[in-house]
Amino acid sequence: MEKWLEHVEPLTFKGQIAVPYTWWAGETGSLFLMGLRDKETIMGCRCNSCGTVYVPPRRTCAQCFTDTGEWVQLGNKGTVQSYTIVRFSHPLQPVEAPFAYAMIQLDGADVSLVHLIKKDLDKLEKGVRVRACFKEKSERKGHILDIDGFEII
Amino acid sequence: MDNIAIVGVAQTKYAERKKDKTCADLVFDVTRAAMEDAGLALEDVDNVVTVSNDFIDGRTISSMAVGDAAGAHDKNISTVEGDGAFGALYGAMRTLGGFGTTLVVAHAKGSEGDVKFITNGMFEPIYQRLLGLESISSSALQARMYMDRYGLTEEDFARVSVKNHANGKNNPYAHLQLDVTVDDVMNSEKLADPLKKLDCSPVSDGAAAIIIANESHISKAKTKPVWVRGMAHCSDAYLLGDRDLAVPQSLAAASKKAYTMAGINDPMKSIDLVELYDAFSYMEPMWLEGMGFCEAGKGATLLDQGVTAMSGALPVNPSGGVLSSHAMLVAGLARIIESVLQLRGEAGQRQVENAKTALAHGINGACGQAHCVWILGNQKK
Amino acid sequence: MAQKVAIVGTGQTDHKSHRPDVTGQEMIREAVDRALEDCGITIRDIDAIVIGNMDHFESINYVDNWSIEGSGGFMKPIMKVTTGGTTGASVAIAAYYHVASGMFDRVLAIGWEKNSESDTTGAIITCSDPIWDRFSYSGAIPSLATEATAYMKQYGATQEDAARVAVRDRNNALNNPHAHLQRPITLEDVMSSPMLAHPIKLLDVCPRTDGACAVVFAADGEAQRLAKKPAWIHASAVRHTYSWFGDSTDYDAGLVSLARASQEAYKKAGITDPSRELDVAELYLPYTYAGIKWIEDLKFCGRGEGAKFVREGNTNMDGMIPVNPSGGVISTNCIGATALLRVAEASIQVMGKGGKRQLPKVNKALATGFGGCFWSDVMILGAERS
Ligand SMILES: [Zn+2]
Repeated sequence: MEKWLEHVEPLTFKGQIAVPYTWWAGETGSLFLMGLRDKETIMGCRCNSCGTVYVPPRRTCAQCFTDTGEWVQLGNKGTVQSYTIVRFSHPLQPVEAPFAYAMIQLDGADVSLVHLIKKDLDKLEKGVRVRACFKEKSERKGHILDIDGFEII
Repeated sequence: MDNIAIVGVAQTKYAERKKDKTCADLVFDVTRAAMEDAGLALEDVDNVVTVSNDFIDGRTISSMAVGDAAGAHDKNISTVEGDGAFGALYGAMRTLGGFGTTLVVAHAKGSEGDVKFITNGMFEPIYQRLLGLESISSSALQARMYMDRYGLTEEDFARVSVKNHANGKNNPYAHLQLDVTVDDVMNSEKLADPLKKLDCSPVSDGAAAIIIANESHISKAKTKPVWVRGMAHCSDAYLLGDRDLAVPQSLAAASKKAYTMAGINDPMKSIDLVELYDAFSYMEPMWLEGMGFCEAGKGATLLDQGVTAMSGALPVNPSGGVLSSHAMLVAGLARIIESVLQLRGEAGQRQVENAKTALAHGINGACGQAHCVWILGNQKK
Repeated sequence: MAQKVAIVGTGQTDHKSHRPDVTGQEMIREAVDRALEDCGITIRDIDAIVIGNMDHFESINYVDNWSIEGSGGFMKPIMKVTTGGTTGASVAIAAYYHVASGMFDRVLAIGWEKNSESDTTGAIITCSDPIWDRFSYSGAIPSLATEATAYMKQYGATQEDAARVAVRDRNNALNNPHAHLQRPITLEDVMSSPMLAHPIKLLDVCPRTDGACAVVFAADGEAQRLAKKPAWIHASAVRHTYSWFGDSTDYDAGLVSLARASQEAYKKAGITDPSRELDVAELYLPYTYAGIKWIEDLKFCGRGEGAKFVREGNTNMDGMIPVNPSGGVISTNCIGATALLRVAEASIQVMGKGGKRQLPKVNKALATGFGGCFWSDVMILGAERS
């Protein structure tokens, strides 16, 4: 079979999985997202058992496998733990390259939130302080990108 | 644990785009070749485990397309979705749990999909996916954290790429057969700092199959059995921000368990070669640390001292590794197959002399969230 | 030698059409918590986890990795097994081999689906070959309607014969507090429900459900410690044969995969007269016609006798071989969990934990899974250590 195929362009067939999805954020996630939308606040939650403060908040502490309990309002500022400056563009990305992804430990949290940094990329390094920039109220819809990105302080 | 062994292996040549073969064709080819390698007929294969992923294949129940090609007609069969090393692990469990022989086969045609869309699907849909994260940018976050933690440089990673691409030239199955220097790596296209194009594995098409047999069925095969001495898997937390990305703790746990099973106290002393999942150059030193071959942060030093070179005390990725051929899902199974060839003394130009014990490794999820570790030996315990 | 294995605990969510209050992981944890509680252990006692669903129903790649917060897989061995509609049974069988291999003593099997998060039909049609089948002959209902039509023509079965299966299962579901659909129905309700694809009407088919199921498998020795009456795995067998829908059009031959898988399992379990030796069957019947036809492949009755066998009450709660005391798939269908629910419900009957749906004396139970393109999985459980 291979032999004759070498002399022609093999046929291909284009397709995609075009299924619409609606993911429920649930009770815990919805409170977090509404906090972004309505109040420009970033809420985390603390595990009753080990004390870890998570953001995004979740119902379960994976390490303890128990309910997290208490809501904690985190600072809108944090410290960069790791980052990468992305040089390629792709339809998945919400902004044109170059931009950066950063793992940001918000003040009051024990884990990092991954988010975008769009400017002053040359100033990025571990330990840099950043602040959340929210979109205009009219553009916020209870979405992780209600935080437009973080900016270096 | 009872004794089981790998008695047949086969893999395709990995390539950028296999125009003449469908996924089922690739699976059929390696299934037949693995049976030929073992000298077993179709009726000697008791059951089948296929490995496939609906995102990569672009269809729901992707296993449907390959079952018959794997010789599973009228046989017991199951499907693991994940790296082939995990599929092989389930195959080994089925062999220990009652079947005489198990065929495990994995396939992927990276050329048919968009890897960035596919790997974006690994990320949390509400908080992370919309940021556009995929395998390269997320791994870059891990590489950066690792560098900052231990004072490593981009050149440290570039040297891994140089070593593995040089090894890949000895492997006729390798997708990339490249002569590269540290400068070439450093000057290659910047993708997501600190990762450049030559720090990243290619996207390959390919398939691989192994046949595992229990002790009473081993003599039916014509090959020298390669014994499964230990195997273990383990997963870390899900969200990147919850993990210490510079420390592969789930790999450390899986390695420890596999060593205990194999009766290994000092892996550096007992293991003769490693085939690990270096999807990106930085992963090789990091995984070596997780496997306990050196202290945390010293993985790059092993390379600098020549330990991981073909002539060193612990050759790592004689095949050229995943940096030379990366058919997703297949790559972990290929690590097992390369280890088997080494232990049989059939690895040709890439043969490590006197190889008696090998470690093969696969990963699942973003930034090596889950690991699967195999200890294989050409001698029974 | 394979280790003997038993089910010692089960847990399931209260199944609903949609669960806006939880994410997928949170929903999974509800089932896991209940399963652990059922056998009095904590997540620390679990040695390994197997999880399954169908990727494109929620669009989550690497569900094993994603699930950690719900499955309890943090720093544990976890893998994903998935085989379409049969996923839940494949997960159960994988958990069985995890233990039978001697590698693990207590293993958690998890099946789940949040069907409300996608267009289920849009996702399922992508199972068809993208070049050949996807645009011409696709989705679950058309292929099942073809099967039903062929059966009716061959044996003179009627739409009423099939409707009796819906009436039986849906009314059984009233005894199952976890079931999704809990409204009693009559033969007339089924007959007057809207026609989807002749002869299949709305009440002939399964619903779409959000739900999860978790089952704890334990090794011999450990099983007796964790359960008063463990449900021992006597046999399992699967056939996933056809790759293309057109390959499976010889409907006159019955559901070949189920006939072959059940024959293998009966042989392993030493069963020669299934309808008398089995005390209960939890069957994956995605639509009512399967309830009269596939029981012939299971050898509950002879070829062409399925409709009569059901009509005479043999599959009722007080019949020779009660089918689906739980209400079955017609009442609850969270796809990745559906076949695991059959295994869980069969084990519940053996363990005697069925509450209002419990049968008086269950020594041997059968569970099946269906999916892919006419694939079948079979598991036989029993009270006797075997
Ligand atoms: Zn905790």
